Amino acid sequence: MALRTEPFVLNVGPVHPSTHGVFRMRATLDGEVIVNIEPVFGYLHRGIEKLAEERTYSGIIPLTDRLDYLASMSNNLAYVLAVEKLAEIEVPERAEYLRVIMVELQRIASHLIGVGSFLNDCGAFFTPFLYMFREREKVVDMLDMVSGQRLTYNYMRIGGVSQDIPDEFLPALDKFLKQMPGFIDEYDQLLKENEILLARAKGVGILPKELAINISASGPVLRGSGVKWDIRKADPYSVYDRFEFDIPTGTVGDCYDRYRVRVEEMRQSLRIIKQAMEQLPPGAVRSEVPHLLRPPVGEAYGHIESPKGELGFYLVSDNSIAPYRCHIRAPSLINLTALRDMMIGWKIADAIIIFGSIDVCMGEIDR
Amino acid sequence: MEVKDITRTYIYSDKELDRVEGEAIEALKAHCQQPIPDPDAWLDKELRRNILLTTVDATLNWARRSSLWPVICFPACCAFELIATEASRFDISRFGMEILRASPRQGDLMITAGTLTWKMAPQVRRIYDQMAEPKWVIAMGACAISGGIFASSYSVVPGYNRIIPVDVYVPGCPPRPEALLYGIRMLQNKIAKRTFL
Amino acid sequence: MTLALSVKEIATKIEGQFPGSVVEPSQDSLVVDRESLFEITQFLKTSPEFDFDYLTGITAVDYYDYFEVVYHLASIKHNHSLIVKTRCYGRDNPTLPSMISLWRGADFQEREIYDLMGIHFEGHPNLTRIVLWQGFEEHPLRKDYW
Repeated sequence: MALRTEPFVLNVGPVHPSTHGVFRMRATLDGEVIVNIEPVFGYLHRGIEKLAEERTYSGIIPLTDRLDYLASMSNNLAYVLAVEKLAEIEVPERAEYLRVIMVELQRIASHLIGVGSFLNDCGAFFTPFLYMFREREKVVDMLDMVSGQRLTYNYMRIGGVSQDIPDEFLPALDKFLKQMPGFIDEYDQLLKENEILLARAKGVGILPKELAINISASGPVLRGSGVKWDIRKADPYSVYDRFEFDIPTGTVGDCYDRYRVRVEEMRQSLRIIKQAMEQLPPGAVRSEVPHLLRPPVGEAYGHIESPKGELGFYLVSDNSIAPYRCHIRAPSLINLTALRDMMIGWKIADAIIIFGSIDVCMGEIDR
Repeated sequence: MEVKDITRTYIYSDKELDRVEGEAIEALKAHCQQPIPDPDAWLDKELRRNILLTTVDATLNWARRSSLWPVICFPACCAFELIATEASRFDISRFGMEILRASPRQGDLMITAGTLTWKMAPQVRRIYDQMAEPKWVIAMGACAISGGIFASSYSVVPGYNRIIPVDVYVPGCPPRPEALLYGIRMLQNKIAKRTFL
Repeated sequence: MTLALSVKEIATKIEGQFPGSVVEPSQDSLVVDRESLFEITQFLKTSPEFDFDYLTGITAVDYYDYFEVVYHLASIKHNHSLIVKTRCYGRDNPTLPSMISLWRGADFQEREIYDLMGIHFEGHPNLTRIVLWQGFEEHPLRKDYW
């Protein structure tokens, strides 16, 4: 006797404990196997690009904080780089080194949450997440010392950073650099060869190499599929060409590879911070820039390697105090293009893991 | 059983679904142009001080305020300060609130952490309606109080009190975990003064 | 360093292949006209000396007389980049060919440009609103919205 079955549309989200923010998926299921998936977003569309056309160049920096709210320093840096390219402003050396230290600390904090919530989705209900939050509190305390805020720092300025580091910062950073490798080793010891994690994440949600390049993926998603492309090495900005670090890549492009890439990137960030701390020169932290900046007519595209991928700002100026057009190239939005290909054929429980391994931030997708 | 290509046999057409939801959003937007007044705004100061509580009231209030279960509603950045409040450093479970329920039927406190857009508004309203009485709402962050830094945008609701009644407002962008704990303390004091009989 | 290719040389090569298509080679970007846009981008993607297999991003800017759509292209193997622009005159119903058959990364970005600016992309399988809801009448990022 043949069973007659019908496909069933299940709505996952927008309010769901495992989706990272307000993301909705309409999944067409055949039993538990996914047949088609359609992502729906826009639940956090705040119109940042339109609001940016009404604010001065320095006044857009707080708006950029709220894009990828887990990596505010990176967003600030990408925007400020684009403006400096547009207006041809020089940045003092000390400011460049401080920027690198802040951005790499921010990368560690963002990857801690990315890895923690991925493990949360895999079923290790909250234990690794809370452990990683313990480390994140240490990083956030240091960034709080520098900028006064815990989440949206507003620290970078056009022409440098807003203020110099206090005296307690470098000893605290030194202590953190000594403790952190021990913590990462502790996570690896518990999780790297863990059979439950291997069974749930190895071979799941494969993104092949050619498809990853075709959909313009970037960041750990692209590197997990085996493409060695990192903006810090390919098109170095700030003072990244003076540091030595490796670029971890995966082989297959499954969820486990993306998780390993993120953990290894945390180790490489610690290496960069150590070198930057040793080479930190004295001097000014900000160059003289008028408060109401009027760049010459033209356009510029500034991009950095943020923890989620390649974050770029495209600015068009018409010599007034506000930009004519400010477009944000959001890595999370573009990384989601292959969601359907990665999910079809797997079960609904795997869909949550695949989405978690891409590590998106809704503030960036919807802007 | 193998998976056949049955992508053309949808039960709902996506376009129909989008169209119906779009109409719901426009209807809500047209309906909610004024903020909803605070729930106890009708009590003036004199009356508030003269409310007497019986022992039954006091016990029920103590039980309710010491075991508030929050409902998940975190669109944006304030969510991470809420999660940091629930993590081990600023532990929220010492106030009885460690269980963060995904199902609104089992929750009684909605901490709204994030900017509300018109597209999300019908869903938040639905979750609020599904919560069982008694229920409370804390508006966390500048975006929840008045739209915050995005108040002049075309798709942002200027404050959650346009669509749901709010009990406590916690300012900040994002508010520090200590500020959120102070707001929860204020809500607990407010619950201590409720009468039922 | 990613090399931003010299636009003048590329302009002469492209004029040779598709005569009459280059509008003006400015210093950093190549402006082509609408009709030959798809062939030019296909040539840039498939020819082995350029090999632009990575589409960094698509943007649209509203100058009052025309909409300008900007394509940032890059090549992972050769590590060079190029900016290609095209213009659509007329404010009601501007259309362009969709790049989705060449680079699938154009999918969500073209939907967003349709949603916020109102430019139609022919050949896109699912051109519907993505960040705003169905029923929102105008296109907010146009300069005459507010």
